[in-house]
Amino acid sequence: MMDKEIKREIMLDHYNHPNNKMKIEDERYRSIHNASESCIDDITVYMLCEDKMIKDIKFDGIGCTICTASTDIMCDLLIGKSFDEARKILNEYYNMVDEKPFDEECLDEANAFDTLYQQANRIKCGTIGIHAIEDLINEYDRQQ
Amino acid sequence: MFDVNKIRDSFPMIRNNPELIYFDSSATSLKPQCVIDTVVNYYEKETANIHRGDYDISFDVSKAYDNTRKTVAGFIGAQDPNCIVFTSGATASLNTVAINFGKKFLTEGDVILTSELEHASNILPWFKAAEESGAKIEYVPLNVDGSFNLSEYVKCFENKRIKIVALPYVSNVLGYINPVKQICRIAHENHALVCIDGAQSVPHIPTNVKEDDIDFLAFSSHKMLGPSGVGVLYAKFDLLNQMDPIFYGGGSNARFFKNGEIMLKNSPDKFEAGTPCIEGVLGLQSAIEYLETVGMEKISEHCEQLSNYFADKLNDLANVTVYNRGSKAGIVTFNLKQIFAQDAASYFNANHISVRTGNHCAKLLPNIINASETIRASFYLYNTFEEIDRFVELIKDTTIEKCVDSVL
Repeated sequence: MMDKEIKREIMLDHYNHPNNKMKIEDERYRSIHNASESCIDDITVYMLCEDKMIKDIKFDGIGCTICTASTDIMCDLLIGKSFDEARKILNEYYNMVDEKPFDEECLDEANAFDTLYQQANRIKCGTIGIHAIEDLINEYDRQQ
Repeated sequence: MFDVNKIRDSFPMIRNNPELIYFDSSATSLKPQCVIDTVVNYYEKETANIHRGDYDISFDVSKAYDNTRKTVAGFIGAQDPNCIVFTSGATASLNTVAINFGKKFLTEGDVILTSELEHASNILPWFKAAEESGAKIEYVPLNVDGSFNLSEYVKCFENKRIKIVALPYVSNVLGYINPVKQICRIAHENHALVCIDGAQSVPHIPTNVKEDDIDFLAFSSHKMLGPSGVGVLYAKFDLLNQMDPIFYGGGSNARFFKNGEIMLKNSPDKFEAGTPCIEGVLGLQSAIEYLETVGMEKISEHCEQLSNYFADKLNDLANVTVYNRGSKAGIVTFNLKQIFAQDAASYFNANHISVRTGNHCAKLLPNIINASETIRASFYLYNTFEEIDRFVELIKDTTIEKCVDSVL
């Protein structure tokens, strides 16, 4: 388990200074506008892939701390990964927020959300961007 | 005398959750014991369908059900109980009006006039009515603070074929009371009808459809201490007679024939096909009796005092932006500076305070108040100044770190 202070620092750092939050207008990127799951968070995720490898992920929009930080951390984790590696990480993340056993190793800073399951009404915030990333991987896969 | 402690004692939700501060009554209200007892009594002692059985219990339940129609009519100042249609909620009531009106009375080039304050349930059905009829939706320009601008409203009627005006009596975000009487008078002078969403007003302020000359009024039982699953559509009787029901089935027809001809019952029965939410309607009767015993004037005074007290305290805080003041409907909408609404609400939740965040189903409003998400605290007759004091103390010390900590 991560120390509470460290978790707070990670979350606020990714919320206040996200590494991957920007609007992308490059046509090589695919995007998903994931606004339909909640009436609050309104996120667009952009992804660039080649040969089943994630070259880049960015996101843009309005989100709370949990939504913004979880999406930003997941972008960091998945850039440069193959689709298979990315799916493994996403699964471990879902296990974590579902309060199931999970592999801490591969989640790195995303371990900051290891107690998110305790706040049932915030699990959605912590998965909105993540679902969009997963949907984009699946979309790429289907079309190749 | 308005005795808030006595009121609180009659709400089991308050007794059973001593730590809870419930500031989300605009979403749904808590229920007093008498309403719960009525619902339970129907299931335990007098279960029967209405208007069908030839036995005592069915007769008694039917009588109680029809009596609620009279009670509702009296409560909103309608003289004729036949103007009261029971629906599943304000949303169903508004859809009944919009779908009918669109089909029967709207043609290409007609205008449906609404405002950007509207809740989804009094605007989306009109979007559909416009789509199907070729009518246009137009918006009354509001004042900068989001309140209703009567002179802009009057201007809307110049050179326009406005057929219907769809507005809330009270906005569910800013809590302002619209000048409905003038709105109706001006519309009628211009041969337009008025459909009022009363979901936030009927529970909070005395209603008189005759005096305001409202054509259609929709509201929900669950926001006024009654059970969920029940709503009311009030309409002038001749309008009800011109309208068709959305649903057809048992209870709404007098005769039908092999050739497809249907002879519908008179209003309001023709709008109530199928078995309704009987226990809910009976519960609404108890809810109205309770509200009338306390007194609607006293309730709106109490809610206004609470919301002003809260807004004034918030205005003294440097870390808060308040968007409204003076709501008789007991609504205060605000934000903490630099903290996303949902993060703050999550922290409040961790401290047993229930508020609502988001855009409150009024998705056009951010254009007016310049904030995509807000926090809404809404008060009702059972809330106290002490609860507000506790909330203000919490808001004072709310930081983004504490908000994040609530999920750690």
